[in-house]
Amino acid sequence: MFAELLQYMLSGLTIGAIYALAGLGFSIIYNASHVINFAQGEFIMIGGMASATLTASGVPLPLAILIGCGGAMLVGVLVAKFAVERARNASTVTLIIITIGASIFLRGVAELVWGKDFKRLDAFSGETPIQLMGASMQPQSLWVVGCAAVLIVAIGLFFNRTLTGKAMLATSHNRLAAQLVGIDVKRVVLASFALSAALGAIGGAVVAPITFSYTEMGIMLGLKGFTAAVLGGLGHGPGAVAGGLIVGVAEALGAGYLSSAYKDAVAFVIILAVLLFMPNGLFGKRGTERV
Amino acid sequence: MLLEIDGLNSHYGRIHALKSASLTVREGELVALVGANGAGKTTLLRTLSGVHPASSGMIRFDGCDITRMRASRRVAEGVVQVPEGRQLFGPQSVEDNLRLGAFRRGSGRPAEDLERLYALFPMLKVKRDQPAGTLSGGQQQIVALARALMAKPRLLLLDEPSMGLAPLLVAEIFDAVQRLKREGTTILLVEQNAHAALAIADRGYVIETGEIVLSDSGAALLSNERVRQAYLGL
Repeated sequence: MFAELLQYMLSGLTIGAIYALAGLGFSIIYNASHVINFAQGEFIMIGGMASATLTASGVPLPLAILIGCGGAMLVGVLVAKFAVERARNASTVTLIIITIGASIFLRGVAELVWGKDFKRLDAFSGETPIQLMGASMQPQSLWVVGCAAVLIVAIGLFFNRTLTGKAMLATSHNRLAAQLVGIDVKRVVLASFALSAALGAIGGAVVAPITFSYTEMGIMLGLKGFTAAVLGGLGHGPGAVAGGLIVGVAEALGAGYLSSAYKDAVAFVIILAVLLFMPNGLFGKRGTERV
Repeated sequence: MLLEIDGLNSHYGRIHALKSASLTVREGELVALVGANGAGKTTLLRTLSGVHPASSGMIRFDGCDITRMRASRRVAEGVVQVPEGRQLFGPQSVEDNLRLGAFRRGSGRPAEDLERLYALFPMLKVKRDQPAGTLSGGQQQIVALARALMAKPRLLLLDEPSMGLAPLLVAEIFDAVQRLKREGTTILLVEQNAHAALAIADRGYVIETGEIVLSDSGAALLSNERVRQAYLGL
């Protein structure tokens, strides 16, 4: 009974950590540019595919992850520069459609480069399950949760402790004032895409041994990440992390106790409920600022 | 001549907001630009800071043409604006707001300047860890001013610093402006409060529906019949 619950919680937290990273990516880009970037899932896919195919051709794992990460960052900057920046004055819906277009394009290119089949990446430190109070856990889960935790803490420190991070936050709070203190807001937008792409790609690489990699892996992961970001309050970093973990655990519980057929439905029920009953999310701002 | 504006035009869509405006500011001067609501004062400052494009004309700062320079570079050159309505980074702390003011200065010595500003405005030190958005209007205006000073401005652009403040606070803000001038800061002050602005200005310009219609010394404008009728209500 308890072991079963623990089992679901562990697998929920593992996948939730990836949703958290994706959700954080949505929030970072949204803050910098008010764009909801539906190509976020493709950053995850690039990370997963690059590390799987590169290691298969003999590149050491850390280098493969690094290359995937760099590639995703480059793609992120290109998307920002050539798809988003060009449409600076377009409406939100137009921008969303542009990022959806970019995501379809990226999937298409990935299919040309890597083909349609599933790619396998060996677990980083073996496959012997770890036994924990009756539940068993893949060692890779520890990698996923550990990497996500390190990245989330690093992002938190970056935004709250460094001047560059504070400048990026400041741009989200007041774009005009940011320009007037000399922050180059265009570069902030590019940096936000690069940062989100890096988060996604590393997430994709560490989760690849569990989920396998394929060119369409980003669709669901991206949508779950979006759910996480909206649940936490779009633009709220810690909220996105909490949202990701909640979505992951809810999904695992739903799959375990109801039916695994409902696994994906859980996230979408959550997003509908959030949009209907609390559109600001769990931690979103409620517009109580003094002017 | 520190700032030379020559035949500057600016549009909002089809609205011609600034019509061939010309204006100069010398090193160390306090120049006031007065005019009614919607006359084009804020547009002039936005165009000067590069957050709104000039349609034609020329802005020269310290001999260099900056008409097409991007906003962030102008700040690095020393053209720093305190925008209308404060425009603080509300959720971030007062101290973060100030540090961000020095964003373009890179490694300089922001810590020293921070201490200097804390000595100048002790309120800033008391409130330094509070979110800037929770301060009162007058306190926010001081944060906005201090944030601009952190950039080490060579030309300080002030947009309606007295707007929405109680008379006592208005006096305090104008005191601070005068003190900055005495310390040698060059200032272009934009105000609807024409009397207070012209009283402390070396020279003044009057702007009406996007055109600069009068320019003279501050004192002369204060006693100008047309200014007295239109702006001072005398």
